[in-house]
Amino acid sequence: MSHVILACSVVIAQVFLVVAMWLAMVRMFRGPRAQDRVLALDALYVCSMLLLMVFGIRSGHTIYFEASLIIGMLGFVSTVALAKFLMRGEVIE
Amino acid sequence: MLPYPLLSLSLLIMWLALNGFTFGQLIVGGIVSVVASWAMASMRPSKPRLRGWYLLPKLVWIVLYDIVRSNAAVVWILLGGHREKRHSGFVAIPLELRDPTGLAVLAVIITSTPGTAWMEYNSGGGTVLIHVFDLVDEDGWVDLIKNRYEKLLVEIFE
Amino acid sequence: MSTIEHAAELPAWAALVVSVFLVLGSGLVLMGMLGFVRLSTFYERIHAPTLGTSWGTGSIVIASMVFFSVLSTRPVVHEILIGIFVTVTTPVTLMLLARAALHRDRSEGNPEVPEDSPAEMPAEESGEPAGRA
Repeated sequence: MSHVILACSVVIAQVFLVVAMWLAMVRMFRGPRAQDRVLALDALYVCSMLLLMVFGIRSGHTIYFEASLIIGMLGFVSTVALAKFLMRGEVIE
Repeated sequence: MLPYPLLSLSLLIMWLALNGFTFGQLIVGGIVSVVASWAMASMRPSKPRLRGWYLLPKLVWIVLYDIVRSNAAVVWILLGGHREKRHSGFVAIPLELRDPTGLAVLAVIITSTPGTAWMEYNSGGGTVLIHVFDLVDEDGWVDLIKNRYEKLLVEIFE
Repeated sequence: MSTIEHAAELPAWAALVVSVFLVLGSGLVLMGMLGFVRLSTFYERIHAPTLGTSWGTGSIVIASMVFFSVLSTRPVVHEILIGIFVTVTTPVTLMLLARAALHRDRSEGNPEVPEDSPAEMPAEESGEPAGRA
């Protein structure tokens, strides 16, 4: 019984995270300004990192952990670079 | 030999957590962490001093409790509780804390509790601008930050 | 709904704990993103993803730690690195983004953001403080 609950909650968590990624994507396309899009991209990175961790629980492989660590690091670096660009480069909309 | 013992130790622990605990990994991780701390020393950052390290568990406990509480508060607001009355705004807080490490820890605390976000720090006047999601009482927030977090951080780092 | 095959020898209490933390964490992330879409200004929206990066990440990390520790009957703690990493990096990105947004709003003369030097400061020290890059 408890294993059915576990399987259900893994599926629920995956659905929640995918919906959250979809909402972040809505915000990324809707904008309205560049900082909103960068923040949405950062949130998208975090969601995909967590989704990979849930995949790891579902499949039982720890290899997903390393993938999510790399996604987290790349997301951090790219968001910092984009924020620096917004601040220093004179972006014209 | 070891300019930053805490940094070396935490790098070694991270290496062993990622690669598994074996004797060979212990040697490789030890070499990596010592070389990394030499590289860090060659950049000459200001060395943080932990005066009141015995207060750190208290700080961690307070912060974890506040994160849980403010998570619940923000979820409640987002779910639609009293949506019309809420208004958010900026609060400028004068700080006595000057230590860079302490300021960094304060920034982490303020940002990782949902509902408050660290906007910018003015190093000339020592004021910090934060944005509060549910701003009811401006002086209450100044009081909270100064008494709950800054007092402890000043004791720890200065 | 099929069960997960490799988790067959997981005790019932651990399965329940993992389920609760998984649903709690992903629910918090979802709530944060709902708020992210619904809120109206950028400075309000900057609060929404911190739900996912504080306890959202925290409880999924705890779920993964409990799952793999109980399953392999030894402590598996490397997931906590993700928790530490996210906790340390989120303030940096949010702070940089907030300063970029403030800078852009000020240079456009947006009346909603406060002036550059909120405290009583000498006039020559006003102006964007140099980044500590």
